[in-house]
Formats: sequence, structure tokens, C-alpha cells
Amino acid sequence: MIKSYKFKRHLANGFIYLFLIVMGIIWVSPFVYLLMHSFNGDVGGVGYQYLIPRKWSFQNYIDLFSGVGGNASLNYPRWFLNTFIVACFSCVISTISVLMVSYAFSRLRFKSRKKFINVGMILGMFPGFMTMIAIYYLLKAMGLTKTLVALVICYSAGAGLGFQISKGFFDTIPRALDEAATIDGATKNQIFWKIILPMSKPIVVYTVLTSFIGPWTDFILAKIIMGDNRDGYTVAIGLQLMTDATFKTQYYRQFLAGSVVVAIPITLLFLKMQKYYVEGVTAGGVKG
Amino acid sequence: MTYVEYRQLNPFQRFAFNFKKFISNVPHAVANFFKAIGRGIVKFFVGIGKGFYNYGTTFVKGDWATKLSYLIFGVGDFSKGKYYKGILFFLVEVLYILYMVFFGWTYLKDFTTLGTIPKHTEPDGIFEKIVYGDNSMLILLYSVLTIVITIVVFAIYIVNTKDAYKMQLLRAEGKKPTSLKTDIKDFMDGKYHITLMSFPVLMIGIFNILPLIFMILIAFTSYDYQHMPPGTLFTWVGLDNFASLFDVVNNSTRARTFIELTEWTLVWAVIATFSNYILGMIFALMINKKGIRLKALWRTLFVITIAVPQFVSLLLMNQMLQSNGAINILLSYITGQNVEIQFFNASPLLARVTVCVVNCWVGIPYTILSMSGILMNIPEDLYESARIDGAGPVKTFTKITLPYMVFVTTPQLITQFVGNINNFNVIYLLSNGAPTTHKFYQAGYTDLLVTWLFKLTMDKQDYNLAAAIGILVFIVCATLSLIIFNNSKSMKDEEAFS
Repeated sequence: MIKSYKFKRHLANGFIYLFLIVMGIIWVSPFVYLLMHSFNGDVGGVGYQYLIPRKWSFQNYIDLFSGVGGNASLNYPRWFLNTFIVACFSCVISTISVLMVSYAFSRLRFKSRKKFINVGMILGMFPGFMTMIAIYYLLKAMGLTKTLVALVICYSAGAGLGFQISKGFFDTIPRALDEAATIDGATKNQIFWKIILPMSKPIVVYTVLTSFIGPWTDFILAKIIMGDNRDGYTVAIGLQLMTDATFKTQYYRQFLAGSVVVAIPITLLFLKMQKYYVEGVTAGGVKG
Repeated sequence: MTYVEYRQLNPFQRFAFNFKKFISNVPHAVANFFKAIGRGIVKFFVGIGKGFYNYGTTFVKGDWATKLSYLIFGVGDFSKGKYYKGILFFLVEVLYILYMVFFGWTYLKDFTTLGTIPKHTEPDGIFEKIVYGDNSMLILLYSVLTIVITIVVFAIYIVNTKDAYKMQLLRAEGKKPTSLKTDIKDFMDGKYHITLMSFPVLMIGIFNILPLIFMILIAFTSYDYQHMPPGTLFTWVGLDNFASLFDVVNNSTRARTFIELTEWTLVWAVIATFSNYILGMIFALMINKKGIRLKALWRTLFVITIAVPQFVSLLLMNQMLQSNGAINILLSYITGQNVEIQFFNASPLLARVTVCVVNCWVGIPYTILSMSGILMNIPEDLYESARIDGAGPVKTFTKITLPYMVFVTTPQLITQFVGNINNFNVIYLLSNGAPTTHKFYQAGYTDLLVTWLFKLTMDKQDYNLAAAIGILVFIVCATLSLIIFNNSKSMKDEEAFS
């Protein structure tokens, strides 16, 4: 009896392992394909007749960074640098905005606070790019379209609306701490900088990482703002341009290499962020 | 049902009870939602009435400086020795008047017509020259800007009159106004929320609210590819754009597109949400089953899909699913024949199925992640007592694990549903709406309402129609979300932990 139960369990676990292995392969194989073919040394058309490349070389990566490929407007290093600059600036501005707003919503009690929160939530529900045309003309009126400044503004302007998660985190910090500090004569400003922020490392790191990753993964906004100014492209729209019918034959392998180059750092950052996300959210979001 | 009765139920019955309560609560929640809106409107007008009353009484009771503040900003503050505030108020007024005279009014005066002088030619010596008339787009944009600025300045004006009266009362009590230094200190403490919020609110105002108002207004104009400023003017058309979307009687292309895409969007949202949810739950249960090793490895394998930027994985998938892409090559290897399946461009059904399947690949890891956290949180003693009572693995699953997970994740499920209605990336980067058809107006079979909106703006420049669709999508999503959020625990017991 006991034996058969054990046998059954082993059988069940065996099936589960089999299932997980098969699914794991399905899930990862596109990325393995991406990685392998970014090292493809074959010179050929778009349709690769072989699942596994016959020749291996670094040529795609070298081409990617030296700009070989016949078209000077496809400048991957430039795109990478653009994205990095935009990401740094918008990261700083967004993080500050988010933390300020969520602290105010979480710890300060003022008139019409609830109204602000509700309005913030409603604004977040509009399809973001619905307003893009208006933003485009606003930026044009300021003479900023097709510039990196415009991108920074767009990525960080609405950041304050993303207060939910960090507000949830701040909510969990006992208010007794604030009260004690107030009795000791601390102002709200001092409480924010000296008590709340040092206690909120996971959520600060999480906010920094998400706002840094944002510009690397965004697609629509950058496309609308940059239009045909290829010098100002970010990696995302640049890579999409490479898969465009006019360039695909020439640039398909560089597209794969370029995807790997951007995917690796972002993946690592994301995995790092994941840890903080789990920490921050299990502390702050359990009530959800 | 009393608490004791509730405790006597088994977990499954409890879940059924809670679920019933949740469902039966929905009409109530909807009613509450509209009641709240109604109350808000009433409150708003009462507030305005009160404001006018205060405005009047303050004027009657005010001294000369307070009375003068009704005309010239800041006089009240200035005359009572609060110089910096008086000067600031005065500056606001001067700047506003300059703005209105030199910029704002030139646009605002045409707001009702959106311009009357079209592009035309004028004799220029023996030749003719092109003269650009009014630009409806700029008139609308800058009118909105001017209206927003006017509202803000009006609010400052009201604050100014109140402040003048407050200073007057202070003077009557024989007190001195606070100095600049104490005021600044106050902004670091008592009024710290103003310090914190003003910058983000300003940015949101300029780059979210202003454009939003503009786009909402666009939905009521004729701003489309036939009316493109500065060449041609556009004007107000009332509800015509909405009417054209619901014009089923004449079976117009737009109405047909709208209705079919709405159907598909809803079908897509249901399938995408539930397939991810159910499959993700199965995956999570397997990974977290007792006796399965290498849990971290399995989890990481799936999380990679989330970690890689979506545009990379989706563009890659798009390329792999082309007729000469990797998937077809793989199929050719397996079958030994030359397979060239057109995943996106052949049949609508195949394209839709493909999109849903790939969405599973993208979405299941998210579910695994959140479910794993919840599974680990189920109290161990629940299982233990079930085992002592003689429950087998199947029974513990259906009576403990499943009800627990479904109950905890229901709000998340609805948030995901709303997210899927707006799931731009998956459709745009993967199929781009293909297969295209002439049956639809500027859309393909896999287009969602949001991608259709995007195409209308970017490719066709039918801004009015796009704006109308945006408003409709927003109404659906916002109603759903507000009902959920206002009924979820996190809004109610905001301070449960502090």
C-alpha cells in the first residue's frame, strides 16, 4: 500500500519534471535562438535555412558597433548612448517625483488628499499615447521636438502618477515613528529625509530601477517624438527600424546582436529589481 | 449569516459565500459609484455657491485695502506689511494681463469657431502669394492653455482676497504678520505637502492634464485627414464622431470596424486574462509542489521572459513567425517538407490564435511570479489539520489551495483584464494588426481598440475619431477600475498597518 503510494508520487513528480523541462525549453528557446544567431558568421539572406548557425563569428557585433552595413543613419552606438543619457536624467527626476508624491499622500494629511489620489488614478487610466499628439505640439511650441530633452520630459513628467506602490510601502511604516520624531522637534521635511527614506531602501531602489529601465523598453513615445530624426533614436525604435522591410536583408543579424547587447544589461537589472520588488511589495502591497 | 455560522463552513463553502458576496456586491458598487459622482457634483456646486457668498461678505466687511485687493492683487498683504506676498500677488496679475493681451486673447477669441480665415491667396504685385489664415489646431491648443491658466489665476485671485481679509483681521487683533523666514519654515513642516507636490503636479498639469483636455475636445471637432491645419480649418461638430462609430443602421465601415474590434478586444481580454491566469496557476502549483527540486531554477527560467525588454522578445517572436522564420524552418525539419505557414497574413482565426498563444508565452511568467508568492503565504497549519482529518492531496487542493488563491487574486484578475484591454505592445509589435482587410477602416483583424486608435492618429491622422475611441475605452476601463479600487481593502483600511 505504502509502496504504491510512493510509486504514484514518484510517477507524478516525474511527469511534473518532464512537463517543466519541456516548457522550460519552449520558454527559453527563442532567446537561445537569438543568442546563437547573433554569432552567426554566415553571409546570407534573411531567412536562415539552419536553426543552428554553421559558422560562428563576432562579426555581427563588430559591424554593429563600427557602423558597417552601408547606411550611416543606422548608428547603434549613438542610439545606445542616447538611451543611456535619457534613462539617467529621467531616472533622477522620476524617482524624486514619485517619492515626494507618495510620501505626501502616505504620511501628510491635508485637505482634498483623497481627491488628489482619485484624480491621479483616473489620469493613469487614459491610454497614455492618446495625449501624444497634444504633447507633440506642446513640445513643438517649445521648440523641443526630436530632441532628447523632449524624451526626458515625457518619461519623467507623468512619473508622479506612479505613486501607488511606494505609497503602499510608506503606509506600512508605523506612524508612531513620525509622532515620536515630531515630539522631538523634527519637521516633516526632516522626517522624510532622515527617517522614512533610510527605512525605505527596497522601494527606493525599486523606483530607481524601474524608472531607469523605462526608457530602454519604451517604444511608442520615442517613436512619436523622434519621427524621422534617426540620430535621436533610442535603442528600441532603432532596432525596430532594422527589422523594417528596407533594411531587413542587410541588418537582420545586426538586429539580433543589438537585441542581445541591450537585453543582457536590462535583464540583469530587472532580476536585481525583482528582488527589491518582492521585498517592497510583500511589505507594501499585501493589502491589495 | 452570523460569524459562528461562517466559521462552521468548510473552506470551499466559505469561498462560495465570499464569491457570491463579491458578485452580489457589484450592482451595489456600481450604484455607489454613480451616487458618489452625483454627490461630488452637488458638493462642487455647493462649494461654488459658498465661495461666492464668502467672496461677497469679505468685500462688504473689508477695509479699503481689502476692497482694493479685489481689483489689484496683493494690496491687502502689502498694506499690512507682508511685502513679499503682496509683490508676488501683484506680479501674477501683471504677468497674466500681459499674457492675455499679447498671446492668450488672440487665440481665445476664436475658440467658439476655431478660426474663420482659411488659407487663401492674395495679389502680390503681379504675382499671387499664399497667405495662411487661422490655424484651428493652435487656436484650440492655446485656448485650452489660456483657459487653464485663467482658472489657476482665478484661484490665486480668490486666495488673494481671502488673504487680504485675513491680514485685516490680524491687524484688528493687533498681531503682526509672520515673517518670510517663518513662512519658509512652515513650508518645510506644516505645509510640506505643498513643497512636495507642487513640482510633480505642475509637470502632470502641463504634460498630462492639458493634453488630455485638448484631446477630449478634439473628439468633438472635425480634425481629420481632410481638415489638416494650417491648410484647412476644422471646427466643432458636436457628437458626430461618436455617432459615426455607432452608426449601425447605414452599416458604415467605421461603425462595423468599431463594433467588430470592440468584440475582439473583449474576447481577447477574456482569453488573455484567463489563459494566463489558469495556466500560470498550474505552472506555479507544479513549481511549488513539495518534493520538486530546483525551484529557483524553474522560476528563473520563466522570469527571463519578463526580464528581457518586451520589444526585444516580441520583435524576435514576430521575426520567428514570418513565413521564412525559425518556426517554419523547425516545422520543415520535423515534417521533412517545406512548410511556410503564414501565421499573421493568411487567416484571421490563425492570426488571432497565434497572438493569444504568444501572449501566453509573455504573460504566464507574471502569473507564476505572483502566484508563487501567494502559495508560500498559505498557512501551513491549514494543510496539516486537513491531513489529520484524512483529506487526500486532491481534496486539500480543491478545498484549500484553489479557493485561497482564487479569493486572494480576484482583484488582480480584474486589473489584468483592464490591462489586457489596453495591451498595446503585444499586438502592435507582434502582428501589427495583421491580416489587414478592406472590410475595416484602417485596421486589421487582430487590432485592438488601442492599436486602432494609434494607427488612426499616426497613419491616417484621423485625430477626431481616435480621440472619440480613446474616450470610450477610458470610460470602460475607468469605471471598472474605480469600482474595484474603491471596494478593495487597500483603499478602505489605508492605515491598517500604521
